[in-house]
Amino acid sequence: MSSHEIIIGLAGVLFTAAPIVFATIGETFTERAGVINLSVNGTILLSAMSSFAVAVSTHSIFWGFVAGIVVGMGVALTVAFSSIALKQSQVAVGFVLTLMTRDLAYFLGNPYMGLQGPRVHNWPIPVLSKIPVLGTLLFNFDPLTYFSFILIIAAWWWIFHTRPGLILRAIGERPAAAYVRGAPVNKLRYLYTALGGALVGLAGPTYSLSVKAGWKGTISGLDGIGWIALALTIFGGWDPVRGAFGAYLFALLQWLGLVLQPYMPNIPSQVLQVAPFPLMILTLLFVNIGNTEWVKRTLAGLPPDARRWATRILRWMQVVPPSALGTTFEEE
Amino acid sequence: MKIELRNIHKFFGPVHANNNITLSIPSGSIQGLLGENGAGKSTLMKILSGYLRPDRGEILLDGKPLVLNSPADAIRAGIGMLHQDPLDFPPMKVLDNFMMGYPRGLGLPKREAREALLSLAEQFGFSLDPDAYVDTLTIGERQQLEILRLLWLGAKILIFDEPTTGISAQQKEKLFAALRRLASEGKTIIFVTHKLEEVEVLCDRVAVLRAGKLVGEAYPPYNLDDLVRMMFGKVISKGKRIEIPLGKPVLQVKDLAVEDYRLRIEGVNLEVREGEVIGLAGMEGSGQRHLLRACAGLIRPVGGEIWVDGENMTGKTYHSFLRKGVAYLPADRMKEGLVPGLTLSEHFALAQEQTGFVIDRAAVLKRTEEHIKRFNIRGRPDSTVESLSGGNQQRALLALLRPNLRLILMEHPTRGLDMESAIWVWNTLKERCRQRTAIFFMSSDLEEILHYSDRILVFFGGRVSEPLDARTTTVEQLGQLIGGRGFESQPEAAREVAK
Repeated sequence: MSSHEIIIGLAGVLFTAAPIVFATIGETFTERAGVINLSVNGTILLSAMSSFAVAVSTHSIFWGFVAGIVVGMGVALTVAFSSIALKQSQVAVGFVLTLMTRDLAYFLGNPYMGLQGPRVHNWPIPVLSKIPVLGTLLFNFDPLTYFSFILIIAAWWWIFHTRPGLILRAIGERPAAAYVRGAPVNKLRYLYTALGGALVGLAGPTYSLSVKAGWKGTISGLDGIGWIALALTIFGGWDPVRGAFGAYLFALLQWLGLVLQPYMPNIPSQVLQVAPFPLMILTLLFVNIGNTEWVKRTLAGLPPDARRWATRILRWMQVVPPSALGTTFEEE
Repeated sequence: MKIELRNIHKFFGPVHANNNITLSIPSGSIQGLLGENGAGKSTLMKILSGYLRPDRGEILLDGKPLVLNSPADAIRAGIGMLHQDPLDFPPMKVLDNFMMGYPRGLGLPKREAREALLSLAEQFGFSLDPDAYVDTLTIGERQQLEILRLLWLGAKILIFDEPTTGISAQQKEKLFAALRRLASEGKTIIFVTHKLEEVEVLCDRVAVLRAGKLVGEAYPPYNLDDLVRMMFGKVISKGKRIEIPLGKPVLQVKDLAVEDYRLRIEGVNLEVREGEVIGLAGMEGSGQRHLLRACAGLIRPVGGEIWVDGENMTGKTYHSFLRKGVAYLPADRMKEGLVPGLTLSEHFALAQEQTGFVIDRAAVLKRTEEHIKRFNIRGRPDSTVESLSGGNQQRALLALLRPNLRLILMEHPTRGLDMESAIWVWNTLKERCRQRTAIFFMSSDLEEILHYSDRILVFFGGRVSEPLDARTTTVEQLGQLIGGRGFESQPEAAREVAK
């Protein structure tokens, strides 16, 4: 493989990871506020299908995207409403919604199967895209990929460096304490669930109008992505930058699966296609290993210096979930 | 600012938590609010801080009616409250906690906040590291952080709900000094407590609540007997020291070393005998908890040995300790001791020796009713544990302990309990001692340690003193040791591991 091919391939990794970045950061916002939206997988399918259908019918990419975002927000607000107003379990509602939206996508999408539709075009950035290597790697994408880069930085800045971001972390951590400091906890939870849902909804059209343009029903290859995004939210420790890193790692593993296939004829192609999923699970296990009792007990037996280093590394890797995740909060 | 509460009523279901309370508090004074657990003090203060809305009645601030629909309204009116359990964010940094709730702007005023935090801390003699994580702070330090935060927000009325629960004697001194100073600057302080001594040394005036009603007000010099009578409707006292003859050794700790990423304690040698009570004193986070947890099998020691009843238990699990008759009662009753959502009878079913597959409802119910009666728990077999008051939760925990235990390890056995409940708890524990159980407990209440222990270990930054005889030790001696005086002579005893 030439170096040029590798650069194109890596650019492709950044491009195909964009929708995963959207969904992961969307879920990060939602969960930071203390709400678990488990419907991500189905939401991506339904928003991908609906935005493709709308784009085909109206011949407008813009309305396609609007449709995808509206679907994402709608599903997310259903979770928020049933949790905050109706005091139902977020996990149960999210689970039912993910199954329902997936089947709806396949059922309602039948008439649009295999149709030719519009797709988003590349916008090479003038001047910058002409830089050797870097130009191809970073500045020759469609607007969605650029937006995914901006979103990572913006979300990180919002959560960790602004006053509203501090309050966002507070309502997911200890809603009662946030409330006594004047934060309208439930209003904000609606808001961030809607925002998160909109970003998850954006992942749909990013697939059906760009990364994997078109709608091919059950063989669209989108089923499962939502679960990966949910896992990445946790793996990323509810931090947009770490979460995005996970998304790129996943896209890279998928690409390697494709690239390495010709070199390893003995391994069935299915193995390489499926490999990214168990690899993600192993990564998750590794990140959270410091929490386990047996690791703590093993550490106690090490010599002092080794123990101190190991403890420090484990503490750094350890992710602490928002304490109030999945709970409801009643003012008064 | 002058506050008036007029005819405040608050109901929780059938419970009349506040019954027609009228109270007027002038500015620049420290108003005590005294009452036993469940008297309605916290409810009244939550109403004044906007956290709860009264069912009837009104609040006047400098003569003007004030409507509080949320804590945000109270903050705008200059009313700030420190809750009994600090309502802060343990996994976040001190500075983030300090800025949380700052009402204006998009960006975080980090530099401004840091300067304000440090200068306010200096004024009050607090030492707080803005970059430390709150979960590494003691309760006392978290409280100091909350005080500074409220002052930064411009609070003129500060409510303290049982602020001395769980803080060290030194921190209490600092807190009281800070409160006096705030009052002298014209701020209004409301101090909620169930401890008479604190009212006596601190408050300019006191109001006593009992069963939701304001039963009386008093001014210094206080007549403590009158206050007790108002609080309980009768006179009670701690009673005499109970002496119990000691039996054979139960627990032997030999050259024990325990550590986590913050602290290391080592060189602990101790023998505890049947019927003996050992009190662990020291500032919160000085290593007492580590020792208790190691003796319960919850932490694996990094050196030394633990023997229970002549068997080497070093490195064994919690369940092996449990089988040897070692029980552990943690400080956080709801988090580690009881299961929220389960009823009392379900707890008794869980605690029983596991025989058979199906729960024998009738037998469990009978057992639960017996225990409710014997331990005087105010609740029904089908009440969930979180619906019980703190005192009743502690009674339930004690009732859940198996008979014939060898060793009971306790963190703060009477934290947050009123005098009557505390005396009851200790009578129950001493009854266990008569049945040859040994007790090992930590507490920040020096009186409790001196009154109920046989011997005392003092902890200071991971160092452990030689056992002291509780009969011949005074509060002053204990206070000095807790502050670290007297530890210089034994530098080889322990060292602190750098973070």
